[in-house]
Amino acid sequence: MNGRGELKDERARRARFGRRALAGFAIMLALVMVVAGRFVYLQVYEHADYSTRAKANRVRLRHLAPPRGLVYDREGKLLADNVPAFRLDVVPDQVKHMDAMLQRLSAVVPLTDDDIRRFMQSLKQHRSFESVPLKFRLTESERDRFAIDQWQFPGVSIAPYLTRNYPYGPEFAHVIGYVGRIDDKELQHIDPDKYAGTTHIGKTGIEKEYEDLLHGTPGYEVVEVNANQRPLRVLQQVAAKPGKNLYLTIDERLQKAAIDAFAGQTGAAVVIDPRNGDVLAMVTVPSFDPNLFVNGISQTDYTALLDDEEKPLLNRAMRGGYPPGSTIKPFLGLGGLELGLRKTTDTVLSTGTWYIPGSSRGYRDDTRYGAGNVNLVQAITQSVNTYFYSLAYKMGITKFDEWMAKFGFGSPTGIDLPDETGGVLPAPEWKRKTFNKPWYPGETVIAGIGQGYWMVTPLQMAHALATLSGGGLSHTPHLLTATSDGLGKPEVAYKQPVPVQITHDPADLEAVKQGMLGVVYNPAGTAYAAGIGKGFPYLIAGKTGTAERYSRTSEAYNTNKNLAYLAARHRAWFIAYAPADHPQIAIAVVLEHGAWGGSAAAPIARKILDQWLADTPPSQRPPVPLTAVATPPAASAPTTP
Amino acid sequence: MNDFALTLAARAFRIGRRVFSRPRIDLPLSIGLLILAMMGLTVLYSASNLDAGTLAGQATRFLIGAVLMIAISRIPPNLLRAWTPWFYVIGVLLLVVVKVLGEGQGANRWLDIGVVRFQPSELMKLAMPMMIAWYLHPRPLPPRWRDLLVTGVLIAIPAFLIFKQPDLGTALLVAASGLFVLFLAGLQWWKIGAAIVALAAAAPIALHFMHGYQRQRIVTFLHPESDPLGSGWHILQSMIAVGSGGVLGKGFNQGTQSKLEFLPEHTTDFIFAVLGEEFGLIGVLVLLAVYAFIVGRCLWIAANARDTWSRLVAGAFALAFMVYVIVNGGMIAGLLPVVGVPLPLVSYGGTSAITLLAGFGVVMSIHAHRKWTP
Repeated sequence: MNGRGELKDERARRARFGRRALAGFAIMLALVMVVAGRFVYLQVYEHADYSTRAKANRVRLRHLAPPRGLVYDREGKLLADNVPAFRLDVVPDQVKHMDAMLQRLSAVVPLTDDDIRRFMQSLKQHRSFESVPLKFRLTESERDRFAIDQWQFPGVSIAPYLTRNYPYGPEFAHVIGYVGRIDDKELQHIDPDKYAGTTHIGKTGIEKEYEDLLHGTPGYEVVEVNANQRPLRVLQQVAAKPGKNLYLTIDERLQKAAIDAFAGQTGAAVVIDPRNGDVLAMVTVPSFDPNLFVNGISQTDYTALLDDEEKPLLNRAMRGGYPPGSTIKPFLGLGGLELGLRKTTDTVLSTGTWYIPGSSRGYRDDTRYGAGNVNLVQAITQSVNTYFYSLAYKMGITKFDEWMAKFGFGSPTGIDLPDETGGVLPAPEWKRKTFNKPWYPGETVIAGIGQGYWMVTPLQMAHALATLSGGGLSHTPHLLTATSDGLGKPEVAYKQPVPVQITHDPADLEAVKQGMLGVVYNPAGTAYAAGIGKGFPYLIAGKTGTAERYSRTSEAYNTNKNLAYLAARHRAWFIAYAPADHPQIAIAVVLEHGAWGGSAAAPIARKILDQWLADTPPSQRPPVPLTAVATPPAASAPTTP
Repeated sequence: MNDFALTLAARAFRIGRRVFSRPRIDLPLSIGLLILAMMGLTVLYSASNLDAGTLAGQATRFLIGAVLMIAISRIPPNLLRAWTPWFYVIGVLLLVVVKVLGEGQGANRWLDIGVVRFQPSELMKLAMPMMIAWYLHPRPLPPRWRDLLVTGVLIAIPAFLIFKQPDLGTALLVAASGLFVLFLAGLQWWKIGAAIVALAAAAPIALHFMHGYQRQRIVTFLHPESDPLGSGWHILQSMIAVGSGGVLGKGFNQGTQSKLEFLPEHTTDFIFAVLGEEFGLIGVLVLLAVYAFIVGRCLWIAANARDTWSRLVAGAFALAFMVYVIVNGGMIAGLLPVVGVPLPLVSYGGTSAITLLAGFGVVMSIHAHRKWTP
């Protein structure tokens, strides 16, 4: 293009722009006229009306906090409740000297430093004519004393409110969690309109996970006030919509029985229905009283909980990581069959020590001279390490990890609770990232017996067992079943993701089951001595696990059989499901100070099973096999070498 | 103290003296802005319950903005145009950063860099028209389909980031400032009409992607009685404030609606209502006239600019500026839903004021350099 053409183009552009700028300005002016016209309408024609309304503008909007939804167990037992209580409210506008007033007030109603600190904080979040809570849950005597002296404290009043109450206290602290005062950090993330008038919010557990469902929708009332902003009457009210009530899969009776079965020993247990992933019980011992946290826990109580050596605040069931020990063996054995590495009839010679081919480093069996030739069923029944050392070695760590990951090891199960941990599935990649060290073949070998870097939460273990016992079908564990609006009929709220089939051949599962039945019923089984199958009408399939908390320091056999000594060093596991032919309940129990899985943890599982039997009406159970009690499955029982 | 630092300081001083000794400010525009700033500070002082701290804070921001404006007015438009892509990219990056680690009440709009907190979305109000104009200026106008597509993407990226903050109002205004460039570039009327029809058809889909409370505000606006949380209450209180002001107003610091805190956000988004209540229709009309004068002057400067980029930037900036006023005024008077858009140069808030003054700096630079050859 030549210079003249450019000039021409530039001129055309300029002219076009001029037209457009004019058109734009005209449109803008027209819109400004519309706005101005609206102001004329409001300020000239409607002036008299609005003027009157402004003068009579003695109405205030008061937010009404919605009652929080309730939480029930599967039987309709109330696990989280709202109870009426009283609190002290202060309207800052009406208090002349705040510090002096608080000083005088504390002589009537005791105020702790925590109360005052929190009050000062929330003062900043409210406007000066809005009432700010000073002290929650007044006792009756505090209420009476204040009522007498109220005239001395203008701007301070007693207000009724609903407070959260957990009737079962410590029993569900790690499942339901608790609510607490909204803090600064939460304040930044919540919709201020939705939480206007609300003082508490879900902090942990179900209370946090389902905060949106439980919270409800706030209402408001239009209140007429006098010249001092004191409310005279309510002109209009829009009621708050209560939060939804939640129905959980938890069975309180089972939860209670499990806690009692621990008899105060530190540990955790999770019970899952393998047919659908319903979590029936989720127990952590010791626990704490969630009611302490609702209106702000005192510093003394909190320090006591933090300093407790058994860490009651730790949610062991889904955040406690434990080496799984021999409980991993049925899963590995199944993998050997499914991946075509072993047949059920294949045997391995156990001599007491197993060596990686071409290496002199030995890996021990539990019995000094070994168990002889064992097949899969025998290997599970007697927990023969050699069988699994060699299988893990043959499988290789990559396939091993792929297989174990299918059962959910190494990642959170996805249960509907916040802050679940995923444990550790020993893997070269993981080790390189964590320790920046290479992987050694020996680590694959010990991974085969659940030692080494393995970390499993009781929830993961119960989930894996539920998958194994439920025909290889993996359901995501979950707690919520239904929600309801007050009196309305409960509606199904939880949608189970499509379960994943992770095994191919039912015969493989059958072989593993026979091995786990042997654990309980075969005299050579590792849990036989505990006698947990005795007197139970259904067959129980189980597996013991005794993992070492600390690795042995010497290669020599330790001959110290003192139980207290062992308990200090071992984690005792027992996993079990029943009825073995039609599984309805899968249990994982871990004891932090158990000597042996069979003797210490298995009886706890039996007590949970007894409670399940008592709670499940015969119509909902499979028919009792007549032969079961009299004759343990001797036909499939392996011979002891 | 070493020599290098001394030399550097001396140099900076010389440059500074050159910049400010012969400022290339446009007198009519400066006078308009000065009147606006004075009116803004007066209303703000009353709305803040005669809080000297608020007043001083806002005055400081105006001063910073004025210094920035004068400095920018000295920079030739060529240079500003060359810097535009960087300005845009930095703006978008800041939006991403604010999304990742921002903090703010309920929504992530603020970026805290130690001493100051600012809203990157405000920066986009200036960066957006500059960028679209930068893209279009060497290309044939009216824009071809392919250029429309590119500019559409350039507009959509920051608008989407701001929408996700979530700040629907600002997202729409930032997008509008880009669309005005297309309008001024001579986009055919039938295409504009088609776009409006398409947008109207897509509105229900957009509603689907909105945050719950954003949707609620639209619903509240359409059906005030369905309001559960008092957004309709805010509009009503704002209308009472304006209506009770009458023609002459209640007088400085005499507004009961704002004094008794019936008005929400009365120093920021609802400050127009304070003006309406205390200075009446007269105050409102004077303010609107000042705004219209400023915008008219900017458009005049744009029409006389020497190149396409300058014309488009100055023109789009002016039109967008007017839209902020119309949207805020419409909200105050109950014509539009509560969208959280400040009244430019009157509402309390730093990033907005400083960015707008910087924008006027660009306009003044365009004016000052109109006769130079590129």
